[in-house]
Amino acid sequence: MSILVNKNTRVICQGFTGSQGTFHSEQAIQYGTKMVGGVTPGKGGTKHLNLPVFNTVCEAKEKTNCNASVIYVPPPFAADAIMEAIDAEIELVVCITEGIPVLDMVKVKKYLNGSKSRLIGPNCPGVITPGECKIGIMPGYIHKAGRIGVLSRSGTLTYVAVDQLTKLGLGQSSCVGIGGDPVNGTNFIDVLEMFNKDPNTDAVIMIGEIGGTAEEDAAEYIKREFKKPVTAFIAGASAPAGKRMGHAGAIISGGKGTAAAKFEALRSAGAHISKSPAELGSTLKASLR
Amino acid sequence: MNIHEYQAKQLLKEFGVPVLQGDIALTPEDAVKVAKKIGGPVWVVKAQIHAGGRGKAGGVKLAKSIDEVREYAKNILGKTLVTHQTGPEGKEVQKVLIEEGCKIKKEYYVAALVDRTTGKVAMMASSEGGVEIEKVAETHPEKIITIEIDPATGFNGFHARKLAFGIGMNASLVKQATQLFSGLYETFIKKDCSMAEINPLVETEDGKLLALDAKMNFDDNALFRQPAVMEMRDLTEENPTEIEASRYELAFIKLDGSIGCLVNGAGLAMATMDLIKLHGGEPANFLDVGGGASKEKVAAAFKIILKDQNVRAILVNIFGGIMKCDIIAEGVIAASKEVGLKVPLVVRLAGTNVEKGKEILQKSGLNIISADELADAAQKAVHAAKGK
Repeated sequence: MSILVNKNTRVICQGFTGSQGTFHSEQAIQYGTKMVGGVTPGKGGTKHLNLPVFNTVCEAKEKTNCNASVIYVPPPFAADAIMEAIDAEIELVVCITEGIPVLDMVKVKKYLNGSKSRLIGPNCPGVITPGECKIGIMPGYIHKAGRIGVLSRSGTLTYVAVDQLTKLGLGQSSCVGIGGDPVNGTNFIDVLEMFNKDPNTDAVIMIGEIGGTAEEDAAEYIKREFKKPVTAFIAGASAPAGKRMGHAGAIISGGKGTAAAKFEALRSAGAHISKSPAELGSTLKASLR
Repeated sequence: MNIHEYQAKQLLKEFGVPVLQGDIALTPEDAVKVAKKIGGPVWVVKAQIHAGGRGKAGGVKLAKSIDEVREYAKNILGKTLVTHQTGPEGKEVQKVLIEEGCKIKKEYYVAALVDRTTGKVAMMASSEGGVEIEKVAETHPEKIITIEIDPATGFNGFHARKLAFGIGMNASLVKQATQLFSGLYETFIKKDCSMAEINPLVETEDGKLLALDAKMNFDDNALFRQPAVMEMRDLTEENPTEIEASRYELAFIKLDGSIGCLVNGAGLAMATMDLIKLHGGEPANFLDVGGGASKEKVAAAFKIILKDQNVRAILVNIFGGIMKCDIIAEGVIAASKEVGLKVPLVVRLAGTNVEKGKEILQKSGLNIISADELADAAQKAVHAAKGK
């Protein structure tokens, strides 16, 4: 019925007792996510939001049998937290934290390689399967269960796309924010492969932005293997070169990573292009006919 | 964050990369003192600004006497250099670097950066130094050697040999090249660079390798653990409004258009600019107030936008997720009242507490143009900016 998460996903939160961890865990519980505990070093043995708190991820896994972790740990300590979750062999690690040094992520990426974990993020809104499981900071109520997959490098733009879909009566199978950092755990292709295999996803909205070549690589994959209609938008057509546009990864350098090149790659791969972020939903709807 | 050439060379020197003797000067008299200390017979006077293409713009001069050092320093200091990287407004030179001269036999290129696709640190080298690497990549991609470095094992001798022999260096230079490349890699890692480039890397006539010019950018996310690098920040090289915005932790970039933008989320902020352009307008800025902004932060953002004299209209575009629309509305009203808003304001709110937010705006008595849809909002802002 979905990718990555569903109603059986058992989630812990790292950075559980902090303000972000507390707020978003409350929201997740309200949404119906199966939160089973949290980790805050030094607070093990206590309770928070009526759930057990552990000192280490390993202990949390042993006691709760969790298979996913969401991380709200501040940037200087976030890479360590991700690696702790990988070390504990948590299947799905979702890191929301924005502002992790890129060289920390280079280490994490190395540690991730060959491990049993999948990392989503960092600097992302998280993952949601509407009506079943919400891991992250997205507003749950705008979503509606259905058959459209959404994947994006940007948080708020994901919400914009979801909102348009829901208003058009098109629900979502799963929505995945891969994050706005230059080095991340999961790229567009990884998520597209999952949507390709998911019998309950009919079409996909993909939202990219300037910087890097992840969208061009995804276009190659779409051309080669992806069987479902893709609607694509790239943010930053009006961005100047050489400036970091909010996200650490959103920068055009040396003439590479422009929106024009990405739009063109996706268009020639057969994707339906939405030149305007206001037309994501309607473009997708048209692609279904 | 960027630093000057002379600062980049200081860092490289710390890690064993050979550079020429030289020092910074703020006045022509200083320049003469530095030149005398270094000794002749020739010196190079180099403008220090955060942009490439200085040579072509007249910012780099070879001086053959102390008098010439003084004269060139006098000419260059205070001059506004316009290069392909400064934009048409150019950058005023406040410092010059006085360096000893050297006899160049051959110019190479070497740089370290993070390869986003592999998530590893990569080093690139080329036999074509002293020119822009992007141009080499276009015309002679085969002349660029790229290697990837495993973060667990770091930089090794074989990496250096692969680069050095790969760009056609003579075997007699490889020992020096190993030290230089490894120094560049160490600088990159230890100082949290996002890019470190030596261009040109020169081989002198007496068989020495050294970094003749260097450029470094740093990962803003890592500056919290790089106090020494932070000290090298030159605020005069940055846009004053962008500096102020960074104090409020607002991601702000000044642009040339007439429509001020206040948006939450980097992606939506870019998309809003794109929409304005699609509807025939030009954005005056990129501004992301972030996910959980307070009323104060929104007010600060508003004031920053209004500092720009070119702004003819403002577009507020918020998708409330964590951020609640009523909070945004209150911030907008507080700021408008405080600064005395004189340009049309278009507001588009969606998401959490949207009705409450709209109600607050309506009751404020301010002249606010409300929009429900994205395209509608952009259109209204473009019209308003054109005085229609």
